[in-house]
Amino acid sequence: MFPPIPNPPVTATPAKFGDADLVRRSASSVPAPAQKLTPVAKLIDVSKCIGCKACQAACLEWNELHEEIGTFNGTYTNPPDLTPASFTLMRFTEWVNPETDNLEWLIRKDGCMHCADPGCLKACPAPGAIVQYSNGIVDFAHDKCIGCGYCVKGCPFNIPRISQVDHKAYKCTLCSDRVAVGQGPACQKACPTQAIVFGTKDEMKQWADGRIKDLKSRGYKNAGLYDPPGVGGTHVMYVLQHADKPSIYAGLPDNPRISPIVEAWKGVTKYVGLGVMGFAAIAGAFHYLVTGANKVTAEDEENAEKLTQGGRS
Amino acid sequence: MTNSWTDIKNADLVVIMGGNAAEAHPCGFKWVTEAKATRGAKLVVVDPRFTRSAAVADYYAPIRQGTDIAFLNGVMNYLIQNDKIQWDYVKAFTNASFVVKEGFTYQDGLFTGYDEQKRDYNRSTWDYEMGPDGYAVVDETLQNPRCVWNLLKQHVSVYTPELVERITGTPKDKFLKVASMMAECSAPNKTMTSMYALGWTQHSKGSQNIRCMAMIQLMLGNIGVRGGGMNALRGHSNIQGLTDLGLMSNLIPGYLTLPTEREADFNAYMSTRGFKPLRPNQMSYWQNYKKFFVSFQKTMWGPAATAENNFAYDWLPKLDVPAYDVLRAFELMDQGKMNIYFCQGFNPLQAFPNKAKLARALGKLKLLVVMDPLETETARFWENHGIYNEANPASIQTEVIQLPTTCFAEDEGSLVNSGRWLQWHWPGGSPPGEAKTDVFIMSQIHLRLKEMYRKDGGAVPEPIVNLTWNYKDPNEPTAEELAKEMNGSVLTDVLDPNDPTKKVLEAGKQLASFGLLRDDGSTAAGCWIYTGCFTEAGNMMARRDNSDPGDTGAYSKWSFSWPANRRIIYNRASCNLDGQPWDDTRKLIWWDGAKWTGFDVPDIAPTAKPRDVGPFIMNPEGVSRLFTRGMMRDGPFPVHYEPFESPVANLIAPKVRGNPVARVFKDDFAQFADTGSKEFPYAATSYRLTEHFHYWTKTNHVNSVLQPEFFVEISPELAKEKGIANAGWVRVWSKRGSVIAKAYVTKRIRPLMVDGKATHIVGIPIHWGFVGAAKKGFPANVLTPFVGDANIETPEYKAFLVNIEPTTGPVA
Amino acid sequence: MNMELSRRQFLGTAGAGVAGTTLGALGFGGVEEAYASTIKPFRLVNTTEARNTCTYCSVACGIIIYSKGSLAKGEKADITHIEGDTDHPTNRGTLCPKGAALISYVKSEQRLKYPMIRRAGSDKFERVSWNEALDKIAKAMKADRDQNLVQKNKDGVTVNRWTTTGFLAASATTNETAMCTYKVVRSTGMVVFDNQARV
Repeated sequence: MFPPIPNPPVTATPAKFGDADLVRRSASSVPAPAQKLTPVAKLIDVSKCIGCKACQAACLEWNELHEEIGTFNGTYTNPPDLTPASFTLMRFTEWVNPETDNLEWLIRKDGCMHCADPGCLKACPAPGAIVQYSNGIVDFAHDKCIGCGYCVKGCPFNIPRISQVDHKAYKCTLCSDRVAVGQGPACQKACPTQAIVFGTKDEMKQWADGRIKDLKSRGYKNAGLYDPPGVGGTHVMYVLQHADKPSIYAGLPDNPRISPIVEAWKGVTKYVGLGVMGFAAIAGAFHYLVTGANKVTAEDEENAEKLTQGGRS
Repeated sequence: MTNSWTDIKNADLVVIMGGNAAEAHPCGFKWVTEAKATRGAKLVVVDPRFTRSAAVADYYAPIRQGTDIAFLNGVMNYLIQNDKIQWDYVKAFTNASFVVKEGFTYQDGLFTGYDEQKRDYNRSTWDYEMGPDGYAVVDETLQNPRCVWNLLKQHVSVYTPELVERITGTPKDKFLKVASMMAECSAPNKTMTSMYALGWTQHSKGSQNIRCMAMIQLMLGNIGVRGGGMNALRGHSNIQGLTDLGLMSNLIPGYLTLPTEREADFNAYMSTRGFKPLRPNQMSYWQNYKKFFVSFQKTMWGPAATAENNFAYDWLPKLDVPAYDVLRAFELMDQGKMNIYFCQGFNPLQAFPNKAKLARALGKLKLLVVMDPLETETARFWENHGIYNEANPASIQTEVIQLPTTCFAEDEGSLVNSGRWLQWHWPGGSPPGEAKTDVFIMSQIHLRLKEMYRKDGGAVPEPIVNLTWNYKDPNEPTAEELAKEMNGSVLTDVLDPNDPTKKVLEAGKQLASFGLLRDDGSTAAGCWIYTGCFTEAGNMMARRDNSDPGDTGAYSKWSFSWPANRRIIYNRASCNLDGQPWDDTRKLIWWDGAKWTGFDVPDIAPTAKPRDVGPFIMNPEGVSRLFTRGMMRDGPFPVHYEPFESPVANLIAPKVRGNPVARVFKDDFAQFADTGSKEFPYAATSYRLTEHFHYWTKTNHVNSVLQPEFFVEISPELAKEKGIANAGWVRVWSKRGSVIAKAYVTKRIRPLMVDGKATHIVGIPIHWGFVGAAKKGFPANVLTPFVGDANIETPEYKAFLVNIEPTTGPVA
Repeated sequence: MNMELSRRQFLGTAGAGVAGTTLGALGFGGVEEAYASTIKPFRLVNTTEARNTCTYCSVACGIIIYSKGSLAKGEKADITHIEGDTDHPTNRGTLCPKGAALISYVKSEQRLKYPMIRRAGSDKFERVSWNEALDKIAKAMKADRDQNLVQKNKDGVTVNRWTTTGFLAASATTNETAMCTYKVVRSTGMVVFDNQARV
């Protein structure tokens, strides 16, 4: 058993990290922090996951989110997609292994991967709306968010969702409020089988090694760690039974990387400087470049339209 | 559970059959994943559906619901044929060598003594040959053809892998793989644990399902050892406690039993209960029955229970039938023979079979009292909810009183977990509105009755007016007062017979253990098996020391475990005949030359010499039973019987329908589909989902988000055959009712080949109703049959017949 | 500032092909402006803890109830959060999807708050006082018992059996509640007595 984190404090404790630990800030720059925090990570071991959704319940409760009661849609995945109130979601896939002809029920907890090289942050045109701390947490500052949805397009994992109520982008914070007092995220705390563990990234990699050995001993010859280099590695990693085929896990990208357009955008801001060029012009150009290059559904676009009109009236 | 949740980490093989631990008990299942991750344990799941447990299993085998006995008898046959038996254990610790009476036979699915009219057996031949010395005859060489072992070998020999496949639909290779994995655990240093729940109990032969696996565990030497055992995963948070405390028709706390009317007086009652040993030197612990019983009577009636009035024996009701279980209760209600019914935190309109019958029965009551923290369908059975609850309130004369109660978060006291730990809890919040504790409500009812009977008299007022009620505030006793009463105390000084100046027991003191209880009225104990939970040293249930010496998983200083703080029962059997552990890496207790010692409280007298006294101290034999004598109504060995509603006739006994001794009320029999019915061709089963808890969590927003709406599960093959689309609407109906649901077409359910014929399975989760936050839906009990297990009357929810067709959505 | 900076506006302005404005004019503060922290204050600070047990299944996970106000101090306590107890040997702080949403049960809109009565033939529940409800129940019980208690069977054996009133006991109440319930029910001679273990 990975040693559980002691119960949370009920007296005020100084935060273990904060603004002094920012390493990136959307559409702006930050001074280099005086010291670098040890990178943290959440490890999701799909082979131990029983799909119980305790993580979803804990996330809703801890973050005081109000998700709508939906309908049955022909799967255990409920709600059917991530939403502004569902930062995490169990995605269920019934996969018949062609090698053994056995059914495998692959259950992947979807949510923000906290990329070392975060596409959302790089795509974000609103200064300071997305930040990255030196421990690896990528967090949204909702008071600065403009609801443009570029973070959705910039994200190789299609994670952030825009609220139709307050027109802000939402996603998993890695429970930055809990991590700040030395706790793990709420989902990790709840997870009955320790399919989710939390610690330093090095610890997590080491723990994953042990799990992969166990899986290999049980015949999963392609078991491995998902820590995709295309986004500089992630602070949410998976142990997969079939690491050679990430996409069988409800479309987990085989080789995620930030769209070259987002990279170009980053180059433009860096080169031109924010004060020089009209921000909206850049944003517009960016939108033009990105549309089609990333998956944004017609519905997203339609919602954006509605949003805007609603805001004007 | 014989063991505990935390002990599962010690297992080498975990078999989940008759349950779905990952789905229903996720945090207990943690110890399975732990055994896998740290010991390299293997997990086997045998289930009609590929469940959440199966999702993380090393091996999964499908099985047709209601055929577990055929499978497990097949495993026993495999173990015997392949000599995969832990012989030292079986010879010394089971009744394998006991010789069975002449006249006992088995043929065509029936044992000696069957009476078809009564649907019952005369069980007189189901017993041991008794010797002239008054003890049972044994043949330690196992040569006697009538010894239990040889009769068992003969009994299971018909269950070949081929027959198992024909009955169960489990492919032969998969059956053999599971059997061989279990067989490896016959080695003394390999243990298997069995985790089961309602998947085994909710059948007309549920008790025998469990018994089968218990026999396998004995043959493998896995009872009493770390990482082994028979682990019943209890459903509700205190269902173990409610059972321990005897809140059942025929029970007295601590598994004592209510008298029957054949036991006209106290002597007659005691004559069938104080079991004399069947072998020399055996403890036969029930010999102490009278001490437990008298101490209970003193708790109830204090000074009014005297030796002269046989400790108020006549104030206990005497039964005329084996039990007034819930099925009998609703049958009586439906016959108009009941007037008042109380539902304390219970929603029978959803929880018992055949909803139409239940609603009709409730409508014949004069008064229904519902005590609950939440809205229930039962309290609103008279309310019209369209297709979900068609009712005409004006025609229903039942008065309903609904009382708001506190919930766990607002009360104090102890709950017993599945592993028999009594854990104390403290309240964290104020109750909503005018909600009150159940203790307040029960006290108020009692005080009112007491006052009326004292003032006005009435029918037999004595047991009510004399009920002890010595609480500081009689209106609402505290949890601590009641806990002390459960534990028991000394009523009058008991002096040392050798030195009368010394007190052995001092009046007013809490008792430290049930070994101190007496049958002369000088002690009281509400529930003898709990004695030790609240002693002079304080509230043992509130202990929170989570240290675990030896890393055994026992956690002996955490809370209190009945009996006597023992964490693994039958733990003497973890050692060989000489008292040394079968497996040195899994030590639990051992004989140190003078006494038993170790990490757990020994389940034997501390100085009982290993070769003299057997480990199964509650049994008069001193050993465990592969042959149960006449203790179960449907046979001393398990037999495969089909469910009452089955797609096929019984292959081993074609003339026997269902369990031949299960009780069936006349009108209910008429509501069973015929065997192999063309009208109802599909084998249905009902079950729980991890997102919900029975009918409670549909009142919660979050759980309703996670699983919002009623659905049924079918295979792609059946969907194709019937033209049903995934997430499309279907109608499912049985001979008792009809429901409309969304369909989940899933590869996790596959048709099974049963005796050469494809059998389709329809899976029906149980959680929806007409009140709550989730979408309105139908509960599964609209469909389920009104018949219970032959021994304990648990309804047959797991196997019945339905039909299915695509339909349009509901018009509510 | 959110709607002024909606995406439509971005598109519109850019679509005109003119970089018509600067960042500052659009309402973004200077880059050097002090950063507002994204990290929320920790929710459990200054709450009272109570050790409890999950009310659902028999794994009986240890939980901690966090509340504003302390019952121990005689105050009203309002539960704000429930989380697994890491010190508990069985669950080690973990909870299942039901346990993790326990507060959703405690605070459910379906919680009963007042005694109610539905009279014969009526189509609704009405408020009733505790005293009235309890008096009514006790009187009905006495009347039924006095009329229907079987004192002796046909062979003249004292049986003191009451079968016309029945009691279904709960499955999530404490042992102490169960002990109290047992005493009250059994002392009346009631035998139609069962609990959730049956099903």
